[in-house]
Amino acid sequence: MPRFLQLLTVYALWLAAPATAQAPSAIQALLQEHREIIEKSSRKTIGPAIDALAASGLPEARSVLEKWQAKELWLRKEDGLFVYAEKGTDSYTLIDIASAVEIGSAGKRALKQLKPNSGIRGMIAAALVQFQLNDPDPVQRAAALDAIERDPEASHLAALRSGSGADPDLSLKARKARLERLLTIRFDPDEAARIAAIEGFAGDLGVDVRATLNPLVATTRGVVAGAAPQGPAIARILVPGTDLARDDAYTLLVETGLAPPRISRENQRAALIAHIVGGEVAGIQVADLNTDAARDLAYAELARRDQVDALATEADVDAALAAHSFYETFSAAPPGVAQAALQALAAIDRSVGLNQAADLTLDALSLASIYFLAAIGLAITFGVMGVINMAHGEFIMMGAYTGYVVQLFVPDYTLSIAIALPLAFAVTFGAGVTMERLVIRWLYHRPLETLLATFGISIALQQIAKNIFGTQARPLTSPDWLSGALVLNDVVSISYIRIAIFVMALFFLAVFLFIMRRTRLGLEVRAVTQNPRMAASMGINPDRINMLTFGLGSGIAGVAGVTIGLYAKVTSEMGQDYIVQSFMTVVVGGVGNIWGTLLGATLVGFLQKGIEWLNPSNTLAAQTYMILFIILFIQFRPKGIIALKGRAAEA
Amino acid sequence: MSTDATLPSSSGRKYSRVPAGRTGPPTGAMPGGGAKPFIIRHPSVLIFLACLAIFTLCVTLLSEAFGLGIVSTSFVKTLGKTLCLCLVAVAMDLVWGYCGILSLGHMAFFGLGGYAIGMWLMYARTELIVAQSLSAAKLPPTPTEISDAIAIQIFGVVGGSEFPALWALAHSLPLQLAAAVLVPGLLALVFGWLAFRSRVTGVYLSILTQAMTLALSLHLFQNDSGLRGNNGLSGLQNLPGLDGVPQATVSMWFFWGSALALAAGYLLCAWVVSGKFGSVIRGIRDDETRVRFLGYSVEGFKLFIFTLTAVIAGIAGALYYPQAGIINPAEIAPIASIYLAVWVAIGGRGRLYGAVIGAAFVSLVSTWFTGGQAPDIDLGFYTVHWVDWWTVLLGLSFVVVTLFFPSGIGGLFDLIAKRRSPERHGADLGPEPGALREREAEE
Repeated sequence: MPRFLQLLTVYALWLAAPATAQAPSAIQALLQEHREIIEKSSRKTIGPAIDALAASGLPEARSVLEKWQAKELWLRKEDGLFVYAEKGTDSYTLIDIASAVEIGSAGKRALKQLKPNSGIRGMIAAALVQFQLNDPDPVQRAAALDAIERDPEASHLAALRSGSGADPDLSLKARKARLERLLTIRFDPDEAARIAAIEGFAGDLGVDVRATLNPLVATTRGVVAGAAPQGPAIARILVPGTDLARDDAYTLLVETGLAPPRISRENQRAALIAHIVGGEVAGIQVADLNTDAARDLAYAELARRDQVDALATEADVDAALAAHSFYETFSAAPPGVAQAALQALAAIDRSVGLNQAADLTLDALSLASIYFLAAIGLAITFGVMGVINMAHGEFIMMGAYTGYVVQLFVPDYTLSIAIALPLAFAVTFGAGVTMERLVIRWLYHRPLETLLATFGISIALQQIAKNIFGTQARPLTSPDWLSGALVLNDVVSISYIRIAIFVMALFFLAVFLFIMRRTRLGLEVRAVTQNPRMAASMGINPDRINMLTFGLGSGIAGVAGVTIGLYAKVTSEMGQDYIVQSFMTVVVGGVGNIWGTLLGATLVGFLQKGIEWLNPSNTLAAQTYMILFIILFIQFRPKGIIALKGRAAEA
Repeated sequence: MSTDATLPSSSGRKYSRVPAGRTGPPTGAMPGGGAKPFIIRHPSVLIFLACLAIFTLCVTLLSEAFGLGIVSTSFVKTLGKTLCLCLVAVAMDLVWGYCGILSLGHMAFFGLGGYAIGMWLMYARTELIVAQSLSAAKLPPTPTEISDAIAIQIFGVVGGSEFPALWALAHSLPLQLAAAVLVPGLLALVFGWLAFRSRVTGVYLSILTQAMTLALSLHLFQNDSGLRGNNGLSGLQNLPGLDGVPQATVSMWFFWGSALALAAGYLLCAWVVSGKFGSVIRGIRDDETRVRFLGYSVEGFKLFIFTLTAVIAGIAGALYYPQAGIINPAEIAPIASIYLAVWVAIGGRGRLYGAVIGAAFVSLVSTWFTGGQAPDIDLGFYTVHWVDWWTVLLGLSFVVVTLFFPSGIGGLFDLIAKRRSPERHGADLGPEPGALREREAEE
């Protein structure tokens, strides 16, 4: 619409051209008025020129600003006229900035190009925002809103208010309205309006709200002799020693000139060195000045002789602190606004806290499902069969590498994952069966020996993987539809990959329960674990069942490996990261019970996230404390959360 | 009542042998200790000590510092370190081969000993450096200035400038030496008390000790653990105040110290397992419940052995790391303790000389292979680089040893001696023939 108007204007001007050719147009006059600072082109001084253009209300202002930003605004040297110039074959075609008609041509030497630097271009862009806000193109309007959010200015408020009601796009309209309220809080001169806007945001989780409110409650420290001043501007009274460190309080006193400076150890040392006379300072041998007490003594002696300034003693400091009151005043906003912002922030903090708890719960759930995935294969081989397989972690790694290799051949990520999951199961199933046939079946009922032999296998497998794939981490890329996160609000979000892992964990739980309770294999597995000889006499082949069960447990570890690989990097050591936690999960939950493993994984996951929340910078510490907790937990419940009872426990 | 009906026999041999090197019945008590001295009753101890003495003498005569100079200083260090590893392997054999506790935490105790001594080495050396640089200043430094400067030197790398409480005793060699013994000992005591009290046994105990090791190494990996995190302690090979003494001499001192410690540790362990006490702990290994029913305090015995071996491991570590020069948390990682078990298993469990042979053999061969000295094998389509494939070979040989040679290299001595043993029924399951774990075999 405005462009159409613009064209119309140009057309009208073109018709009127002969009449106005001599007199400068309004926009030209405006530019001429600021010609000096425009030519100087400095970010520090250019402000009034841009502001004048933006506020002029002239229809050409927008195009002038745009051209200027694009370095297409030129200055004709002979008469100082601002023109647009287009490069022709051997000269520049000049176009009048107001009428957009050609007014001749000139060589490059007769012209001066205005080259705004990036800082000025940024300011121009900010000024252009108000034009863009009313642009017919929604993309332009969204871009303008982005620009305001990045770098809001007081002038934007008026622009927003003028255009906010009329946006046809509902989401843009809502954004405009929200932005208008945020800018009201920051820039509106009317205090009541600001407070009203602040109160409207109570409980809002947006990061932008907090970013707007936080500067408002900024305080500066003040100090005054005697009792503290009263009044709405006083944010709080500080008590030295509790709210304010003693040293900081005294530094404040010194800075305000209310107390003499204390001398630091450094300065004391320098002063003493400056007064060394003949190997002694104030009558004390230099060699004796190797304690703080001796130095204090020497300095006091120097002060007594008026060779240095007297320094404030500890008693002086205490007295000075007692004689003054320390307080904080709101420095960034009027007290009323600041108080309202404080209240709003408190309300926001409450709801942020609640949402953070929800977010933490989601995180913990997803960590728990990772542990559960890593442990579920172990729940079969260790929990059901009682075989300690220390190479379990390497089966997870093997599955993850299978996924990586598949992705080398199948570039489509969705398809490759779909192939990798069954293939990883097949590979690790095969590896598990091989291992059971070659090693483990000779060692049934010799758990320590099994532990050792599988350690050997674990070491060997890890090194083989290192030899084949190298030491650096290999990527296992998830399909596009799994990237990104489900964002509930600015606080709570969960990535889709974690949801997938959660779903995967539930799926495996179902698979496990189905196989164990509903299939012939599960029945035979349970029979063989409870009493192999009795099962054998019923016609079950325990050898075959043991082999299949071990293969199943290993296969599930492989599939878990693909899933975990999507979330973590694939390295030859990734198995090591999970093996101890997996055993812990199974043992904590109670050996031989899948629900126990589920509970164990939940406990371990929530515990680790909980500890991380207490000490967010340090996941290592979280793992350490979690392991310590588990060690202690096993002391008190050696059989785990769900201890098997009766015959199953004896099997 | 054997699983042999359904499962293949755990090994081909149906009959087992009793150890050759040991007089007296393996599970019998030794009332009063007998009239003959301990050494005479156990000729293997004497032979071992003689071998160690001859070895030490040879190395000394061939060393750069005191002899012909054929054995380089770095190799003397390697040998000295190997002796320390042998000592911790002897401890591991005592706790695992004799008492049946497969501890995966003894390398953690070893590392703690190293950290304890490393703290003093680093502190004292840095103190000397700092004192030297501060002595040029116009005023003599105050104690605070000295300690601040040392702290910045040591902890600057992890962004700290103050001594953590952990370092309160680091200035004193005797106290840190005591810590090298007491810290592993106390940790083992507390951990063992908790674990044995709640009757955590067998593989559960192994996993629990592994978890302890993992927790410890993860803790040390943090920068704010007070032990320089990932960087560990370094420069330990330079003894403070002995800058004038060449490394060749220092390394010989440590070599002798290590040999002496190994001899003493071996004697102690041999003495512990020789008498009635030894019979009880072997009994615990073979059938814990039966020993408990006989009225012995199984937990007490286990706790004593666990703590004693942790202390020995700590001493070994305190001797090892000044020769290695650097200690970092990776040395404590669970895999190190697993390797320790590998050495003892390959050397032969349940015989102390087996542990020494295993540790020396595997660690020296390991050094040879991973040092790049082993010739690569060209298969035509693929060249086997031993640097890469040695670990695979080690892992697999570990499986083979576990499956087919439960008595390890040390078992070869029995074959050479051709001692016959009483024939007993049941599968040969234990680390030493005669350790008949019949209950396990029947189940």
